[in-house]
Amino acid sequence: MNSIITAQDLCLWYGQSQALKNINIQIPERSITALIGPSGCGKSTFLKTLNRMNDLINGVRITGTVEYNGTDIFSQDVNQLRKEVGMVFQKPNPFPMSIYDNVAYGPRTHGIRNKAQLDEIVERSLRDAAIWDEVKDRLKKNALGLSGGQQQRLCIARALAVQPKVLLMDEPTSALDPISTLKIEELATNLKETYTIVIVTHNMQQALRISDRTAFFLLGELVEYGDTEQIFSQPADKRTEDYVTGRFG
Amino acid sequence: MKKSSKLFEGFVHGIFLVLGLVTIACVLIITVYLVASGIPGIVEIGLTDFLFGDEWASTAAEPKYGILPFILTSIYGTLGAIIIGVPIGVLTAVYLAKIAPSSVKNVMGQMVSILAGIPSVVYGLVGMMVLVPGLRKLFDIPDGASLLAAIIVLAVMILPSIIKMSVTALEAVPQEYEDASLALGATAEETYFRVSLPAAKSGVAASVVLGVGRAIGEAMAVMMVAGNAPNMPDSLFQSVRFLTTAVASEMSYSSGLQRQALFSIALVLFVFIMLINALLNFFLKGEKKE
Amino acid sequence: MISRSRKLFLWTVRCLMGLAVAVTGGITLFIVFYVLAQGLPNITWELLSTSPSYLSDRIGILPDILNTVYIIIATLVIVLPLGVGAAVYLTEYATNRRIVSVIEYAAEALSGIPSIIYGLVGMLMFSNNIGTSLMAGALTLVIMNLPTIMRNTQESLKTVPQSYREGAFGLGAGKWRVIRTVVLPNCVDGIVTGCILSVGRILGESAALLFTAGFAHMANGFFEGLGSAGATLTVALYIYAKEQGEFEVAFAIASILMILAMLINLSATLVTKKFQRRKK
Repeated sequence: MNSIITAQDLCLWYGQSQALKNINIQIPERSITALIGPSGCGKSTFLKTLNRMNDLINGVRITGTVEYNGTDIFSQDVNQLRKEVGMVFQKPNPFPMSIYDNVAYGPRTHGIRNKAQLDEIVERSLRDAAIWDEVKDRLKKNALGLSGGQQQRLCIARALAVQPKVLLMDEPTSALDPISTLKIEELATNLKETYTIVIVTHNMQQALRISDRTAFFLLGELVEYGDTEQIFSQPADKRTEDYVTGRFG
Repeated sequence: MKKSSKLFEGFVHGIFLVLGLVTIACVLIITVYLVASGIPGIVEIGLTDFLFGDEWASTAAEPKYGILPFILTSIYGTLGAIIIGVPIGVLTAVYLAKIAPSSVKNVMGQMVSILAGIPSVVYGLVGMMVLVPGLRKLFDIPDGASLLAAIIVLAVMILPSIIKMSVTALEAVPQEYEDASLALGATAEETYFRVSLPAAKSGVAASVVLGVGRAIGEAMAVMMVAGNAPNMPDSLFQSVRFLTTAVASEMSYSSGLQRQALFSIALVLFVFIMLINALLNFFLKGEKKE
Repeated sequence: MISRSRKLFLWTVRCLMGLAVAVTGGITLFIVFYVLAQGLPNITWELLSTSPSYLSDRIGILPDILNTVYIIIATLVIVLPLGVGAAVYLTEYATNRRIVSVIEYAAEALSGIPSIIYGLVGMLMFSNNIGTSLMAGALTLVIMNLPTIMRNTQESLKTVPQSYREGAFGLGAGKWRVIRTVVLPNCVDGIVTGCILSVGRILGESAALLFTAGFAHMANGFFEGLGSAGATLTVALYIYAKEQGEFEVAFAIASILMILAMLINLSATLVTKKFQRRKK
C-alpha cells in the first residue's frame, strides 16, 4: 500500500515543553489508522499537526518534516492542505445555520456557486455520511436541532463535501451515546474505501473494531506502530502491552 | 422569634418592596404624564392632520401643526446614521474581537469608552465648528447645518454602543465553530465573516437596534448641527428639524395649542422608543437562547 | 494556492477593517485633541473663579461648576437609597419571578427613554410644582439614573456567595441584620461603579436639564442653589455656543468636560479591576 502521509523526526514544542518527540510514521492510503495512548500523550497534538491546526496556537515550534502526497505540508498553502486533509472534532460542532448551508459551506468557500452543483454535492455528502434519509426533508432547518449523533454525522458530511483525501477524527464518538457511536464506526469502515482515516480514540475496543493499523503514543513518543491485530495480540513493547491490557492509562 | 422583631422584619420587607416598585411607578408615571399631556393636542389638531400634515407653522397667524417633516427627518436621519455607523462599527468590532493583538485591543477599547463618554453637547460643538463649515465649503452650499451634518454626528455617536455590543457578541462565539471552518480550508477572514459574524447575529442586531434608539432620541447634538428649519427632508443639504429638536426648540416660549402640540410630538417620540425597546428585547432574548 | 476571487475577498475585508478601525480611532483622537487644543488655552483662573457680569463684560463659570457639583450631590443622595434598595429587594426578598421580571423590564425601559422626554416629564412633574430649580433637575436625574445604580448593585449582589448569608442566618441573625452586616458591605463595588457611571451621565446631561433646572448663572450656597434655577456646565456650554456665540468659553467648558469624562472612564476601569482582584 502507498503511504499518503509520512512524518520524519517530527518534534513539537508548546513554549518550553516538548509535546512530540521524534515521531516517524507512515500512514497508508485508504485505511484506518488509530492513534491511542493515555491523555496528554501527544496523539491529539500529532493529529492536529497533520492539517496544521496547531498553527493557530501561540508559541508552537515544530522541527522535522511531514509530507502529504510527497510534498512538505509546511511549505504548501495551508488552506489547500486543509481542503485535502479534513477534520472531524471531538464535540459535534455544526455551524448555527441550516443543514444545507453547513454542508455547502466548504464548497462555497472554495468557489462553487452553482446551485445545481451545490445541491448535488450536498446530497452526495449527506448520503456518504449516512444521514441523508434522516435529514432530506428538513435541509433548511437549523442544524442545532439535530441530535448529538446526527450532528456528528453532519459534521462528517460537511468535511466530505470539500472532497478531501484524508479525514482526521479527534475522538469523534467520545461525546456520543453507544448507538450513535456504532453508527459512526460503521460509517468510518465504509468510508475507508475512498478515504484515508486517522482517528484518535480513548476506546481500545473501538481501535480494535475499526482500525487497520494502530499507533501507541506515550509521553510524546511514538512507542509502537503496526497492524492493529498485532499491536493488541502480541505487542513488541512492554509499555504497549501494559496499556492495551489496561494495566494503566 | 419575638413578636416585635417579626413585626420589624415585616416592616423592613415592606420598605424594600416599595423601593423595588419605584422603578415600575416611574415608568407608569412617565407614560401617564406623556399620554395625558399629549392626547389633547392630537385631539384638537386631528390625528391625520397631525401625523401626516406636511407643514409646521406654529407661530403663523393661521397656525399649522403637521409633524410629517419631523417624523420623516427622524427616520431618515436615523437610517442615515445606521447606514454609515453600522458598517464602520461592525468591521471595527470584528477586528477588535478576532484579529487585533491585545495591546491594540486595549488602546482601541479605551478610545471607544472615551467616545461613549463624550457629552452630546460636545459632539454638537465640534459638529458646529468643524463639520458644518466643512460641509459648506466641500459641497458649496449656503449653510452646512443640514440633515447630512446631523447624520454624520449621529453616526459617530452610535459607534461606541455598536462596537461594544458587537465585540461582546463576537467574543461569545464558540471557538469550535471557527475551528471547523478553518479545518475546511477557509481563511481566518472568511471564517470571521461567514461563520463568526452570522453566529453572533442576534447580538449584532441588538447593537444596531440600540443604535437606532440612541439616534432617534438624541436632541442636543442634532439641535446644534441640523439647522432646525421645519422643512421636509427632501435633500441631504437641507436644514431640518427632528422630533426631538422640535420639542426642544420651541418649548421655552410656547403656549396654548402650540405647547400642547409639542407634548403630542413627545408622545409620538415615546411611542417610537417603546417600539424600539420591544424590538431590542426580542433580539436580546434571541441571543440568550443561542 | 487560494483562488483569485478568494484573495480579492481577503484583501477587501482587510482593507475595509483597517479603514473602519482608522476611522473610529481617528475620529476619537481628532475630537479629543481638537477640543483640548481649542479649550485649554482659554481656561484661566478668572474664568473658573468668577460669575459672569455684563457690567464688566466678563464671563465666569464658577456658578456652573457649583451647580454641577450641587446637582450631582443631590441626585446621588436621593438615587442611592432608591437604587440600592430596589436591588436588595430583587436579590434578597423577591420570590415571585413575575415581579422581578416586571421590575427589570421597567428598568430597561427607563434606560431606553431619551433625555429630552425626561426633560419634558421632569418639567411637568417637578418644575411646575416646585419651580424651575436645580432640585427639579436633580429629581429628574434621579429617575434617569435609577436603572444604572440598580443594575450595578444587583450585579455585585449576585456575586456575594450564598454561604455568607447562610453563615449569618445560622448564627440566628434576622434578615435585616444579615443584609446590613453581610450583604451590603460586600456589594460596595457595584454601588461605587454605579455612582461613577451616574456622575458621568449627569455631567454629560443637557436635554433633561434645560427645562427642569433652567439656565441661570448665579453663584449660590448649596441649599439656596438647589432651590433656584441654574445651568450645569453642560447646559452652560450649550447656551454659550448656541445662543450667545461665545465659542471660546464653550470650548473651555468642553475641554473641562472632556477631561472629567476621561477621568471617570479611568476610575471606572480602575475600580472594576481593583474589586475584581479582591474578589478572586
